[in-house]
Amino acid sequence: MMRRRTTLLTGCTALALALGATACSGGGPVSAGGGDKALNGQTVTVAGVWSGSEQKNFQKVLDAFTEKTGARTRFVSTGDNVSTVVGSKIEGGNAPDVVMVPQVGVLQQFAENGWLKPLSGTTRKAVDANYATVWKDYGSVDGTLYGLYFKAAHKSTVWYSPEALDTAGVEPPKSYDEMLKAGRTVSDSGLAAFSVAGQDGWTLTDWFENVYLSQAGPEKYDALAAHELKWTDGSVVDALTTLGELFGDKRLLEGGSKGALNTDFPGSVEKVFGPEPEAGMVYEGDFVAGVAKDQFGRKIGEDANFFPFPPVDGGKAPVVSGGDAAVVLKDGKNTDAGMALLEYLATPEAAAVWAEAGGFLSPNKKVDPAAYGDDVTRTTAESLIAAGDSVRFDMSDQAPAAFGGTKGAGEWKILQDFLRDPSDPKGTAAQLEAAAAKAYKG
Amino acid sequence: MTATATEVAAPPAAEAAARRRRARRRGRTVALLFVFPALLLLGALVVYPVLFSVGRSLFDASGTRFVGGQNYTEMFRDPATLKAVRNTAIWVVVAPALLTGLGLILAVLVEKVRWATAFKLLLFMPMAVSFLAAGIIFRLAYDEDPDKGVLNAAVVGVHDAFQGSSAYPTARARDGQGLGEAAGGGYRTSTAVSPGDTVALGLVGVAPKDLPAGARPARTAAGREAAPGELRGVVYLDFTRGGGGEPGRVDPEESGLPRMTVEAVRDGRTVASTTTAADGSFRFADLADGSYTVVLPGSNFAAPYDGVSWLGPALVTPAIIGAYLWIWTGFAMVLIGAGLSTLPRDTLEAARMDGANEWQVFRRITVPLLAPVLTVVFVTLVINVMKVFDLVYVIAPGPVQEDATVLATQMWLVSFGGGNNQGLGSALGVLLLLLVIPAMVFNVRRFRGSQR
Repeated sequence: MMRRRTTLLTGCTALALALGATACSGGGPVSAGGGDKALNGQTVTVAGVWSGSEQKNFQKVLDAFTEKTGARTRFVSTGDNVSTVVGSKIEGGNAPDVVMVPQVGVLQQFAENGWLKPLSGTTRKAVDANYATVWKDYGSVDGTLYGLYFKAAHKSTVWYSPEALDTAGVEPPKSYDEMLKAGRTVSDSGLAAFSVAGQDGWTLTDWFENVYLSQAGPEKYDALAAHELKWTDGSVVDALTTLGELFGDKRLLEGGSKGALNTDFPGSVEKVFGPEPEAGMVYEGDFVAGVAKDQFGRKIGEDANFFPFPPVDGGKAPVVSGGDAAVVLKDGKNTDAGMALLEYLATPEAAAVWAEAGGFLSPNKKVDPAAYGDDVTRTTAESLIAAGDSVRFDMSDQAPAAFGGTKGAGEWKILQDFLRDPSDPKGTAAQLEAAAAKAYKG
Repeated sequence: MTATATEVAAPPAAEAAARRRRARRRGRTVALLFVFPALLLLGALVVYPVLFSVGRSLFDASGTRFVGGQNYTEMFRDPATLKAVRNTAIWVVVAPALLTGLGLILAVLVEKVRWATAFKLLLFMPMAVSFLAAGIIFRLAYDEDPDKGVLNAAVVGVHDAFQGSSAYPTARARDGQGLGEAAGGGYRTSTAVSPGDTVALGLVGVAPKDLPAGARPARTAAGREAAPGELRGVVYLDFTRGGGGEPGRVDPEESGLPRMTVEAVRDGRTVASTTTAADGSFRFADLADGSYTVVLPGSNFAAPYDGVSWLGPALVTPAIIGAYLWIWTGFAMVLIGAGLSTLPRDTLEAARMDGANEWQVFRRITVPLLAPVLTVVFVTLVINVMKVFDLVYVIAPGPVQEDATVLATQMWLVSFGGGNNQGLGSALGVLLLLLVIPAMVFNVRRFRGSQR
């Protein structure tokens, strides 16, 4: 009798387990932590903007996930225009399960369209515990968490050629004014101070955002990003004036404003780290290191180094950032396996896989700095984590594309005009406001 | 009898008429049946999209709110659209006329060369290159940096062959160190000097690698005393490698700037001129007493000639039209050449027999006889030019995109390229359609005329 009951019980447990397993593949969330191959036979489709080496490195992360859970993965590169590609895939009934969204604006758009599934409890807890609040906010729409920031970019780094600074006898500056002064000394030594990629409008928006974040502070930065503050505000004019000090000084810009407008981003890096240096410093995000290393064979930390974008007018040093958030689409075929992938991406070990390969920063506080491949990346990562809640997302990425992300129009074009002739910050602010009003309305 | 006769005769006539009517009706039904698939396709692919665009242009960006003609007024308030209209007008006026003319000239000339086919083939080849590829090629060719852009490399090469560049284009004086700016981009001492003085003229902004070979430190020369009646001094690089030098003083390591032209000026007149030695020293002997200014004329600092800015706001549209010509000249030439080969030879011979010279034959016989072909080529090109997109989009760099924009690019930019306002985009599309219609009507009319 006793024996019989046990068998029955075991049978029940087995049945329940089997049911549980089916339930896993059909409905409820699973933990990805066990390495139990619970997701055998499922395929998670991930879409993202990455291609080339970034795609290869992300594939390593996906492979680690496969090893752990047994779920197969497939990465689809969408090219630059994620929202269009994903939108058409959803309409075509072929939605990917997970999308790596590169812009806050796109994440909000997806959420408002009702395409996204709120993140599971496990992921939410991981985000609460391991991420600065600011990352949670940027991943949330109307208080619901939809996006997990897996990869971050640090856009407040000024890269310099140590040789150029040594020749001029200057040290990496600690404030914006010092930076201009150091720049003038570099220029006295016969090398232009800054190479600015004026042909690519986005580099100019990044310049502005750093100055603005430091000078006007995070609150105003948020208000301006949401267009609750008008661009005609005095703080914008001040930031433009400050920026104009640099843009308007022929001694500081390589080739003057005309030369800058004729330089694209890879060109601007080449002018500092290429075989025939023409300038001593170039400002852009941490990805400058990648270009300097891969294209021009510079050894990062020795022949190429960075200093944090210096604070302006006694403010705090700005940390402008960007990043790719993982979201789960409602219409995907294996939504739950997708959710499990996010739970995995929220762990420090997933970040460590890519960190080791290079070209990656994680906003996750728990990621061991030792995981990063080189000292410079480690320093940028530490600076990003240390900035905590004062990190702000790239403003132009938060704006509607017509204003903050279109070649030859909106903020890009107006700042290019400002670079050509920085004498009228007020007029430029008025133009920015007119363009912003139009874009935010539509 | 007659009645019967008519009765007998009438039915066949009526029947025949009825039969004929029936046959006609059947014919029409069959015709309709045959035309139906074509009509369906035309309706689905042409008429419906046109009507849809017209309808869409009356709605706002989201497509839900009816705004009437607001998109059309908005369109003409937007400076970018106005610029697009202006540029499209330039394109339509310039490109087809140039192409037809060029095609005509080449076709007539090619007829007379021996390797006509090879020549035609060569000129026709760019047609095989896609607009995108051609755009990328020309974007590079027009690049402003002479090291990248082949056109500017040629321009700069020619310019420099006639006019050498200066030795110190980047050099400049430090502020407040005794040198002020002179007319023509040079520098002059801000205080008066007189014979017996020694001056040290410090400049900065010359990279160590740009110093002429053989330049020597200027320290010793700067310490030499001037003889009576002599004005001497050094022009030196006022910058110590690695920092540490004191501005305005000739520090031990600081190099002289050789081969710099120096002038002594008195009352606005140049009285003496010399060039500096390897250590940057110069001297004016036997100067009359009085006060002078020492001037480093602008020729020392002339910036190197950097060519034409092809893709600047002023030249970008002509530059893109140039790329367009490169692609389409072959097409115009081959078409006109075909027309040329069907010309009646006897008329040409007769004219020649009557003593007309080649120019007269060309003007009075060839061109008038070719007029129909020329019109076809011209009108085809007009339609083609109106929709030019890829070249403009690829060649124009970001900062001047707005200066180069045409209606087709503007339409795309407004609807998909960031603007995401398909209402306004549709309005632009309708405008483009309205502009193309006259050319279309003209072409269809001509086509019908030639069939008759």
